[in-house]
Amino acid sequence: MAVWEALLELADDHLVLGHRLSEWCGHAPMLEEDLALPNMALDLIGSARTLYDLAGTLEGKGRDEDALAYFRGERDYRNCLLVERPNEDFAHTVLRQLYFAAFMKPYWDRAMTSTNAVVQGVAGKAGKEMAYHIRHAGEWVIRLGDGTEESARRMADAVEALSIYVDELFDSSDAAQDAEKAGVLPVRAEMREAFDAVIADVFSQALLTQPDVAYGQRGGRTGQHGEGLGHLLAEMQSLHRAHPGATW
Amino acid sequence: MNLSGESDAGAAWAAAAAVPDPEVPCVSVAELGILRWVRLEEGVAVAGVTPTYSGCPATLAIEFAVEAALREAGFEARIERLLSPAWTTDWITEEGREKLKAYGIAPPVNGGKATLFVSVSVACPRCDSLETERLSEFGSTACKAQYRCISCREPFDYFKCI
Ligand SMILES: [Zn+2]
Repeated sequence: MAVWEALLELADDHLVLGHRLSEWCGHAPMLEEDLALPNMALDLIGSARTLYDLAGTLEGKGRDEDALAYFRGERDYRNCLLVERPNEDFAHTVLRQLYFAAFMKPYWDRAMTSTNAVVQGVAGKAGKEMAYHIRHAGEWVIRLGDGTEESARRMADAVEALSIYVDELFDSSDAAQDAEKAGVLPVRAEMREAFDAVIADVFSQALLTQPDVAYGQRGGRTGQHGEGLGHLLAEMQSLHRAHPGATW
Repeated sequence: MNLSGESDAGAAWAAAAAVPDPEVPCVSVAELGILRWVRLEEGVAVAGVTPTYSGCPATLAIEFAVEAALREAGFEARIERLLSPAWTTDWITEEGREKLKAYGIAPPVNGGKATLFVSVSVACPRCDSLETERLSEFGSTACKAQYRCISCREPFDYFKCI
């Protein structure tokens, strides 16, 4: 396994979640969120582009960001399962974002000392961006969790549905372990404490409890995805597959 | 154009620095701190430009505009995109902050790195009142948030602190 594949995992996480958020554009429950969610999507897609570029360079087979994003099928995508979960209702969307950002914030903070200068550069920007993703998503989780009877029920449903995808965030694939040994990327398992602290803080204010998950869902890092990813990629890739190299 | 001597670097800087930001045209790329430096390397003016946010859609437009300004000033030009260290609103110059305010955009609150759920007090760019409230964390561009002044009732943009 190679370091470039670990960067591909990270890039896929960011692209897939960025695409999911962009699906809210024009459909968000209010104008504020119609601005917020695509703005957050841009942050994630911006990071993904730099990571794909680096992954393609390290692979050395001439694949650029477009080749990696548009010409791989779902079995070749290496994103974790959390990020591909469908938007469902707003509670699912904001909780998915909170989980991801609460993991990525300490991750990027540690990646500031990466042995790779490009990773350092991405980390410097993305760490700051994750801080406000946590804030924005966290405020919504609190507002809904400690809101009306219905919003509280839906928020609790989202926790029930998404908490089983949390553990996979902390797993390091063989490729990730190689990147960690080389000092290119931080050790995923080490984010647990910081993650738990943010979730505990938000959940206590949101009157929610983080359930004990007996059996977490895994498989994204080996290309075993849910049905939803195929639909997402079909929409995202159709233009480039019909018109390779299209620009506008 | 015949270009020689020490003042060339200064001329190249001046040409690049005057380029307005495409999304906030009241300030230049130098005042925003996204133009980091301009060097002459074997006769080529090389400009170091840093993106504000990872996905800032204006990044490419800014790079094109700086390159065009350098060419217009008679230089061969090249852009170097700088990712590290990451841009921070602390790099906005004092002049830039004043121009933002005059334009109706509240400049970032210095030293006001917002922590989780703690928001800073933002002064209204029109009446300087600190009685303001945030309407939305996100505004017309990635770098701005929407606020409202409780004293004079005017809504305004706030240049977020990162
Ligand atoms: Zn006012």
